[in-house]
Amino acid sequence: MKSELVFSKYYGEPEAAGLNNYLNNDKGYDALKKALEMTPEGITQMVKDSELRGRGGAGFPTGLKWGFIPKTNKPKYLVVNADESEPGTFKDRAIMNYTPHMMIEGCIISALAIDAHIIYVYIRGEFVREAEVLEKAIEEAYSARYLGNTVCGKDYKLDMVVHRGAGAYICGEETALLNSLEGKRGEPRIKPPYFPAVHGAFGCPTVVNNVETLAAIPGIVREGVDWFKSFGREKNTGMKLFCVSGHVNKPGLYEKPYGYPFMKLIEEDCGGIWKGRKLKAVFPGGSSSPVLTAEELKDVALDFDDLQAAGSMLGSSAIMVMDDSTCMVQVAIRTAYFYYEESCGQCTPCREGGKWLLDLNRRLESGNGKMEDLDLIADICDKIDGKTICAFGEATAWPLRSLVKKFRHEYEQHILEGKCPFGGKAPSWEQ
Amino acid sequence: MKQVQNAIDAEIDKKKRFYPNKEALLLPVLHAAQRAYGWLPHDVMEMVAKSLELPLPKVKQVTSFYTMFYKKPVGECHLQVCNNIACYLRGSSDVIHYIENKLGILPGETTKDGLFTLTEVECLGSCGTAPVIQINDDYFESVSRSDVDKILEAKQ
Ligand SMILES: Cc1cc2nc3c(=O)[nH]c(=O)nc-3n(C[C@H](O)[C@H](O)[C@H](O)COP(=O)(O)O)c2cc1C
Ligand code: SF4
Repeated sequence: MKSELVFSKYYGEPEAAGLNNYLNNDKGYDALKKALEMTPEGITQMVKDSELRGRGGAGFPTGLKWGFIPKTNKPKYLVVNADESEPGTFKDRAIMNYTPHMMIEGCIISALAIDAHIIYVYIRGEFVREAEVLEKAIEEAYSARYLGNTVCGKDYKLDMVVHRGAGAYICGEETALLNSLEGKRGEPRIKPPYFPAVHGAFGCPTVVNNVETLAAIPGIVREGVDWFKSFGREKNTGMKLFCVSGHVNKPGLYEKPYGYPFMKLIEEDCGGIWKGRKLKAVFPGGSSSPVLTAEELKDVALDFDDLQAAGSMLGSSAIMVMDDSTCMVQVAIRTAYFYYEESCGQCTPCREGGKWLLDLNRRLESGNGKMEDLDLIADICDKIDGKTICAFGEATAWPLRSLVKKFRHEYEQHILEGKCPFGGKAPSWEQ
Repeated sequence: MKQVQNAIDAEIDKKKRFYPNKEALLLPVLHAAQRAYGWLPHDVMEMVAKSLELPLPKVKQVTSFYTMFYKKPVGECHLQVCNNIACYLRGSSDVIHYIENKLGILPGETTKDGLFTLTEVECLGSCGTAPVIQINDDYFESVSRSDVDKILEAKQ
């Protein structure tokens, strides 16, 4: 498989983040100069042709999204989703820390394509240092006149500002993010009518894209569609950052083409499962994705379509690996707790269902559960799934339903033995 | 308080040109105010409300939504231990117990001398280097017991 480090070439090298390095070693801002000679439609078409898909979770085709922006006299906005809130995800942080200019250049090109004159980078509040790195890079881009009153001397005004969130997972959901940006509570909006392309930030047409999606743009424009499509496979194109955490010998960030074999990533790149143990299960796309068992993972390739066919999703490409000493009911408690804690509370099924799921899983872990509880969990999940304002509902229901379904025997063991078969102890701290 | 007002005014001056209305400055200004004062008591929220010409209840309603806006004082050293799945798999429950025992406080509490606050938090976005503790603005990744010992000693 053809492979090249695009996003992670400087992983772990903070000194590489400066503008000079980008200009001297990475053809920095050449793509912008090329884009300035193109029409907005031409840029959008190129992104469509590249088959680039959004890297924030849903995999929506980026060029198509840009094409939804209506031609009106209203201001238009580009909003960068740097909330990186999906559990298991740590890729956007790396882009912002080590190659911020690649993202900034992608943002400027995207702004040209949709006729936006302001770019908001909505970054999660905890990323204080990342926000600082980004602000410094933006300042450099202003000084070099890639941003400001005249982008590269052209009659195009463009501003860019970092907007910090303040600790709320739900603000990664794009309509919640827009509310938060507007100075409101980060509560998701009802779609329709609040499709961002029409009723986005401040009621104006808005594109929301993930950090990694935007960082992919300069390569496409500069090196061309064919170059981009030479990585990965049909409808799953380009190089991609995969976040591997949990029970592997070498957790971390791995850049691979889409379609890379899952087991190869785990066994070769990540050095296999730690302590000579066996692979038990994986959340392949963050904690919102249905869990997959070792058996199901055997022949899976890492892309949107293959993981969907396997019954899960690529999501934010956050791969959380669990070894065979892991108690899946404890994992369910951790998962349920997260969704209980982070629900914005607007929809009854999400708000109330989340608490029930947590309580039931806790009861089961303590050994006091009943067999009926297992069906009840599945039933509650069914009653959340598809019945809420935003996809947080599915994000709650899918993993928790999949855990009881695929590890039912383990739940039953808790009930039959009247205690946790793993001794009720959480994984220990090695260091 | 003068300092807080200055911080608020400076943030408004710096950022207002990017936003179509004052309401959108609320999060940036709350961050600036909290940085200056340490947390957000009633008086500080009132200042923010006045400065942005927003009703105080609106400011309170927004502040209450976000965990990073502190409604009570926090210790000088705010230990935020992630206990989400990736960190849990790498032993974060032990990390929390270790700190509980060392400081004699539970998550959500502050030591009597006001030096340390312990908080259990959700995913910090650094799962490849679990377990992770955020202390004030900085991440401490792949933390070991001796890392924690050093951090606590340095503050005490
Ligand atoms: C509950 C929830 C949380 C989300 N969190 C994030 C996030 O942290 N970062 C992100 O880029 N997208 C997140 N998304 C997806 C966004 O809503 C949106 O689809 C994405 O930012 C679009 O960008 P893309 O097309 O470039 O992927 C989340 C979605 C949901 C439903
Ligand atoms: S599904 Fe949950 S998070 Fe989404 S709007 Fe409803 S209550 Fe809020």
